[in-house]
Amino acid sequence: MTDYRFESVDAVREGLRKVDYLSDEGIAGIVYLADRLQKPILVEGPAGTGKTQLAKSVAEMIGARLIRLQCYEGLDEAKALYEWNYKKQLLRIQATGGEGDSWDDVEDDLFSEDFLLERPLLEAIRAEDPVVLLIDEVDRVEVETEALLLEILSDYQVSIPELGTIEAKQIPLVFLTSNNTRELSEALKRRCLFLHIDYPDMEREKEIVLTKVPDITDNLADQVARIVRSLRQLELKKSPSVSETLDWANTLMLLGIEQIDAETASSTANILLKYQTDIAKAVREFAADKQGMKQFAPGPK
Amino acid sequence: MTAPTSTSTDPGGSGDGEATGAPILDLLNGFIAELREAGLPVSLTENLDAMEAISHIPLEDRNAFKYALAATLVKNNAHWRSFETVFEVYFSLRGSKYGIDDDSLESDLADLLDEEQQGAGDKGEGQSGQGGGNALTPEELQQLLYQAMMKGDDALMRAIARQSVKRFAGMEPGRPVGGTYYLYRTLRNLDLDSLLEKMMEQSREKAAEKGEDLSPLEERLEQDEFEHRIDALKKEIEAEIRRRLVADRGIEAMAKTLRKPLPEDVDFMHASREEMVGLRKALVPLTRRLAVRLARKRRHNRKGPLDFRRTVRASLSYGGVPAEPKFRHPKPHKPEIFVIADISGSVAAFARFTLMLVYAISGQFSKVRSFVFIDGIDEVTSYFEGVEDVTEAVHRVNTEADVVWVDGHSDYGHAFEVFHEKWGKEIGPKTTVIILGDARNNYHASQSWVVKEMRKKARHVYWLNPEPKSYWDTGDSIVSDYGAHTDGVYECRNLRQLEKFVEILN
Repeated sequence: MTDYRFESVDAVREGLRKVDYLSDEGIAGIVYLADRLQKPILVEGPAGTGKTQLAKSVAEMIGARLIRLQCYEGLDEAKALYEWNYKKQLLRIQATGGEGDSWDDVEDDLFSEDFLLERPLLEAIRAEDPVVLLIDEVDRVEVETEALLLEILSDYQVSIPELGTIEAKQIPLVFLTSNNTRELSEALKRRCLFLHIDYPDMEREKEIVLTKVPDITDNLADQVARIVRSLRQLELKKSPSVSETLDWANTLMLLGIEQIDAETASSTANILLKYQTDIAKAVREFAADKQGMKQFAPGPK
Repeated sequence: MTAPTSTSTDPGGSGDGEATGAPILDLLNGFIAELREAGLPVSLTENLDAMEAISHIPLEDRNAFKYALAATLVKNNAHWRSFETVFEVYFSLRGSKYGIDDDSLESDLADLLDEEQQGAGDKGEGQSGQGGGNALTPEELQQLLYQAMMKGDDALMRAIARQSVKRFAGMEPGRPVGGTYYLYRTLRNLDLDSLLEKMMEQSREKAAEKGEDLSPLEERLEQDEFEHRIDALKKEIEAEIRRRLVADRGIEAMAKTLRKPLPEDVDFMHASREEMVGLRKALVPLTRRLAVRLARKRRHNRKGPLDFRRTVRASLSYGGVPAEPKFRHPKPHKPEIFVIADISGSVAAFARFTLMLVYAISGQFSKVRSFVFIDGIDEVTSYFEGVEDVTEAVHRVNTEADVVWVDGHSDYGHAFEVFHEKWGKEIGPKTTVIILGDARNNYHASQSWVVKEMRKKARHVYWLNPEPKSYWDTGDSIVSDYGAHTDGVYECRNLRQLEKFVEILN
């Protein structure tokens, strides 16, 4: 029907690479499908794996404006959709108070576009230029508030009782992110494509480090990626995320380290890990000889 | 074993999309029905979305096809594994790269193997120079595998995986054994443990050649890398076995045997080791969700007294009319929790999970105290104090707590008596007591008056039983004896039920 934004999955992947976002096949594929099916994407995954960044990068790739709605507990219609500018309305009533305007005129006037305050969702729907709508951390709003989003997500329209239904001028790409602090409602999930972004595998992480950290050597990036992968296999309270990997790589660069040994790894572990027990565990792992450990470790065989 | 060539043709490759459209649709319907069987909630709209999604995807691209289906059908990451299994079964014979009679393996070495695999059959021509010894000895295969693993050569690794399944698994059509049996046979022949050993030695030697030793860190990283590769090999072997089984037994039959419960439905008492790992992983997000939910419930449930100052402030928006009264937040009521857990034998896993869960959300309670028993009883609260890592604390509970009195067979009666004597007085009106166990008392005296006493003093007493309801009060189980004195006995066999129960606590 309408013209699509992307030619193929590979085109998406290439495009994202150009704006320094290294996607994998799954990510690119779903962005491509979202455009074709005109459906929002629900992005889930551990913190710091680039969920929000994905929306930003897609916006940059297609040269669209990013409209962001940060969700929080207590978010309501007035802050997400639209609000009547009652102060201005009051002024309007007072300004014409004595003169001959009939009340009907005033009433019609009061609920016109002039007195409507646009909030992110309405703004995205009414935008003339290409936009990407990012609804960030949607799991933070209450279940009841989720219902606010449903009309937008399935029909790309907003109903305002006084004005009628406002339909989208063009279908924006919509991203919802969730940190999974609660189960989202079925109704919401059903309307979205689901994308789980996990920690990248070693090769991709290395590439990410290489693109995002200027002047890092291939060797160091490789080591960084390897160590991070090993860390993620431990049972930690909080595994290092991609952003923490990048911080760490940057730190190593600043310190002028070219080869990571156990000592540097241990002394800079606090950048990768945020809990004291995790750091202690990691330091122990860095130093310990795994073969030796195995002999004493309890367990089968 | 010969492959049914009709099913192994590439569905979209030949270009006659209309002709192949219908079978794909049938297959997809079967696929979705199987997903539902496996417990995934797939709605009708999602089904339609999936159909539309694959119309935008080139069918011969198997990965894209898979992601298109996953994005539209699977809306919960915990269900991904189930999805993947079903997908493998339904579409394993599709796509040129994945058929059984694979003629197009990439590298030369793979060709060598491949030829051997086909035996003197359909593909004996062409490769000169390999005439004589085209049957590799097991040793040569081992050697080849070792090289492939050292180099991290995926293509070769895959070829070897297939070859070894063909050779070692001893699969025969119609033989009624499970895939694990074949897997075991294949792995035993490959002897991956010593392979890892050999690879480690090799990299140590390499370092020694350069005149340096591998530091522990480097050694560790190398080992992780090799283990990673070996895991990939195992997965490949498993997939190959599955492919062959599907070809032999048909899709539906295989899907049925491979059907596994979702992590939240896995029975605590009968979880395999692998399932346990899955359970542990599922527990972390669950506790986070629960904590958020409990905290929220508390905040929104009741309203406190009128907040005068904020009401006046809000009234300014309405020209001084207090149209919107504001209320203070109520002081949260935080229950005190006593967990009394049977940690004998098969119930242990259940107790462990419950303890982990309760402590993971202990911020939601004013105090948590825990006691464990078999026939003796011991307080283990201190193990959890100031510990960030609950898993370790639970491990200590299982190994260090003094819970055996006479013979180490469950004796609820004695354990309760001792509890009453030592700690009974500490139960107060704010306390919620949770007792975990199957109430299989080995025909000892029940001493259920202790539970009665507890209930008199405590706010609530709950009993969680990890056994299915139909087993209650059979044999030496006397759960009703105790249950009569509690506020409720709950069947609690999996995470889903456990989660439901914890919500009652508030």
